[in-house]
Amino acid sequence: MSETVTRKLMLFFPTCECEKPIIYHLVKDYDLVVNVFRAKVTPKEEGYLVLDVTGQDTNITLALDYLRTFNITINDSGKGLTWDETRCCHCGHCVPFCPTGALSIPDPATREVTFDSDACIECLACVRVCPYNACVSTF
Amino acid sequence: MIPPVVQARGAVKTYEQINRKIESGTAVVMTADEIMDYVDRKGLDAAAAEVDVVTTATFGPMCSSGCTLNFGHSQPKIRMTEAWINDVPAYTGLAAVDVFLGATQLRHADPANMDYPGEFRYGGGHVIEDLVAGKTLQLFALSYGTDEYPRREIRTYFTIDDLNQAIMVNPRNCYQNYNVAINDSDTTRHTYMGQLEPNRRNANYCSAGQLSPLLNDPLYETIGIGTRIWLAGAQGHIYAEGTQHAGHCERSGNDVPMEGAGTLGLTADMKEMNAAFIRGASFRGYGVSLAVGVGIPIPILNADILKRTCVRDAEIMAPVVDYSHDYPEKTGRVLAHVSYAQLRSGEIEVEGKPVRVGSLSSYHKALEIATLLADEIRRGEFRVSEPLRKLPANRSMRPLTIRPEPS
Repeated sequence: MSETVTRKLMLFFPTCECEKPIIYHLVKDYDLVVNVFRAKVTPKEEGYLVLDVTGQDTNITLALDYLRTFNITINDSGKGLTWDETRCCHCGHCVPFCPTGALSIPDPATREVTFDSDACIECLACVRVCPYNACVSTF
Repeated sequence: MIPPVVQARGAVKTYEQINRKIESGTAVVMTADEIMDYVDRKGLDAAAAEVDVVTTATFGPMCSSGCTLNFGHSQPKIRMTEAWINDVPAYTGLAAVDVFLGATQLRHADPANMDYPGEFRYGGGHVIEDLVAGKTLQLFALSYGTDEYPRREIRTYFTIDDLNQAIMVNPRNCYQNYNVAINDSDTTRHTYMGQLEPNRRNANYCSAGQLSPLLNDPLYETIGIGTRIWLAGAQGHIYAEGTQHAGHCERSGNDVPMEGAGTLGLTADMKEMNAAFIRGASFRGYGVSLAVGVGIPIPILNADILKRTCVRDAEIMAPVVDYSHDYPEKTGRVLAHVSYAQLRSGEIEVEGKPVRVGSLSSYHKALEIATLLADEIRRGEFRVSEPLRKLPANRSMRPLTIRPEPS
């Protein structure tokens, strides 16, 4: 028997996938306890679902495989803030605004900006100041 | 005031000699980030004999940017009198299918600062970024119709490959030095220098400092009109002095300006550019801009030129200016001068109080550009060029006088 665990998932749906009863299948087919925190499922628009799933580790893995068969973006980092490394120009404007040092310039020689997701508290200060839209709130 | 350049001492190289070494793949090239330590080890005269080129670079937002585009002719033809690219208006007061698109142009119906601070998510700078990235854009244009250009409306989709010409024009780039912005008021200010928190809680600067082109050639000895440059990966050139070029200013003992000073007008073919070095920028409460990567090689013609490329962040001073009152009201007050070494430490001291510092210029990208350019020169792909004309040396900045009547 594998361990019972809880995982936080953020699912992003393009228009076409909003019609499918995904939660039903997570409960019935994979025996998961589902707790939805936040959802926006509007026909003909993009949607998202933020939920905890609790169940057997192996079942969660199978459920994620099932979710990946749809055209869905799965974010299991647990963070509502994404830092797009390809958009970041490494200017460092965000650094003094980040209260926890999640965004920082660790090497003064290269002056490359790095993002430590674990240190991020999702205050979204960086979203407001980044000129290049590299820091994006997922909601 | 720019001092007269004295006769160079020691060995002297010519542009032709340096280009011959570049063509044979034997040129010795270093970046402005690494040259100072090398000169410290080797000695100035020995290094001047050995090193042929020092590469400089900068990457940051520069509002005075734009591009001229030629669409070619539709059937039947149109003489565009109004045009929008992805809903961003382009200037059509040129020939039939030529337009000029400016970096700070807002998208049609952008609410700007009506809901302050405005977000300015998409504008001219982003159109330029999308063009260089090869994305498909929409052209919509209107005309009054003429005998030879009868079409009165057109809507079509295009990429940069469909255009006859897409030529970037930056009337002002590579500011020699720049202000450090701070906020003396008790409310947040949203500026082109980024977000400024009240009561001097933060400060922002915008220069590549010791890597920046005109800080490595402070007296404009090798960088002039006609100089070949690296503009976002394309080989372009300096077509004119930049707007607001004002070399006549306060300078420190090493001839380095302590304020804005010189600027450059740049141009290059956008079809040859690398999208990693062209970025649309949105500044909340201010507007749209464009960040551009520029690299300029400095040919080491003599030891004095090499010595000036050895300038370090600690020796370059920038003025700290209040953007809540002094800058908008043009009072000319400077709160303090701080060095780029202090700025890069992340904290400066202004009138005895510590202030956290952020940057708008990317030293990381500038370093990448200086390294790329050095590699291109080493491979013989990028030659140095002698300026056709010097930049004006002792030009001052004129104010705009408000006259109640024609004088």
